[in-house]
Amino acid sequence: MQVTEIKKDIYWVGAVDWNIRDFHGYSTYKGTTYNAFLMLDEKNVLFDTVKHNYKSDLLHRIRTLIDPEKIDYIVVNHVEMDHSGSLPEIVEIVKPEKIICSKMGKKNLIDHFHREDWPYHVVEPGETISTGKNSITFIETRMLHWPDSMFSYIPEEKLLISSDAFGQHFATSERFDDEVNETDLMYQAAKYYANILTLYSPLVRKLLKQVEELGIDIDMIAPDHGIIWKNPGKILQAYSDWSHHKGSNKALVIYDTMWHSTEMMANAVADGIQAEGVSVKLLNLQHNHRSEIMAEVLDAKAIVLGCPTLNNGLLPRMAGFLMYMRGLRPTNKVGAAFGSFGWSGESVKLLNKAMEEMKFDIIDEGIKVKYVPKHDTLKECVELGKRVGKAVKKALAEQ
Amino acid sequence: MDKYRCSICGYIYDPEAGDSSSGIPAGTSFDDLPDDWKCPICGADKDQFEKE
Repeated sequence: MQVTEIKKDIYWVGAVDWNIRDFHGYSTYKGTTYNAFLMLDEKNVLFDTVKHNYKSDLLHRIRTLIDPEKIDYIVVNHVEMDHSGSLPEIVEIVKPEKIICSKMGKKNLIDHFHREDWPYHVVEPGETISTGKNSITFIETRMLHWPDSMFSYIPEEKLLISSDAFGQHFATSERFDDEVNETDLMYQAAKYYANILTLYSPLVRKLLKQVEELGIDIDMIAPDHGIIWKNPGKILQAYSDWSHHKGSNKALVIYDTMWHSTEMMANAVADGIQAEGVSVKLLNLQHNHRSEIMAEVLDAKAIVLGCPTLNNGLLPRMAGFLMYMRGLRPTNKVGAAFGSFGWSGESVKLLNKAMEEMKFDIIDEGIKVKYVPKHDTLKECVELGKRVGKAVKKALAEQ
Repeated sequence: MDKYRCSICGYIYDPEAGDSSSGIPAGTSFDDLPDDWKCPICGADKDQFEKE
């Protein structure tokens, strides 16, 4: 991919990973990019690096602009290996005057690369350094999404280099939001928020408020993954909406099944939800990756879980999904459960317990069916779906 | 009562507010938090907190 000038004398020099499909368990069917940026000024600054196996791409792109040894500062906005993996080799070649990072950044870089001798320069939150005609203000963004995370803001160019925030796993030859399909872009941005940031939503709200109060002028946001936002208003508004976990007129029936009994129940529950005028999606865990499902959870108001009992417990795919969803801490959801069983029948109780722990509003004790549902039991499932639909409408009307 | 800051994520435990997400009532001092209480933001243990 070509080097791209994103602002005067500021260049994208990152790498495009067309092939990655599993990003530590997050499905990346559209690949991703590792964005790094080079600012040419009296002090030349490299913002972040790339995943280890792309270091040659990064060096090649830097060399089309300057000799890498002419880089003075390397800014590490985020220590995670997809942005820092090339750092040891790049530091050897560049021999930077400063490696600029947050306080936690320094700690985490040492814990990763075990190099106490690097020329760390720890910046305080809000600190500004001059690079010549431009300057960089550092905004600490702890836990968005690691303790070391920070943003770099270049006021002269109204450019916010935002680390992982506002990113998307989306491999493209285009670099800007006005060059790609907007629906595809917003889906990837939502999926990223859902799988990486949902649990830090209170911090996202605080950060957005802080940015507003600081009154900083931003006309471009350049994240470390995916497309660069020339229209930052759109993604800032989306982050505000997503961080409030308000949900919409939408319910999910997420289930696994052994011999289709729970699947029959899932279909009946979905019919009931639809009958109440609420949009519904049936998500069989055998066919939908957990990270795709989390993208749907983001704006759903109700989560209905279905699972048969296996060996006195849940099917492992459902147990794994619950572990994943619980960690991401979605809030403000209506919940209900159902499932078939043969002799012991613990699954519904376990599903309810998991939803209680997530503080979902469980509207029903749930429905258990022995072996195969009869017509009457399926009618009960339809009724359960209707109660879910009514609860969605009530919850939306009240908020 | 003293406030405590999480050294990992910067969350501040304010005894006057408690921590409703873990069912900790307002007025609970940091010392009186259960040993298995965790930072509501990042999940760090109690011993990762420093006095403000």
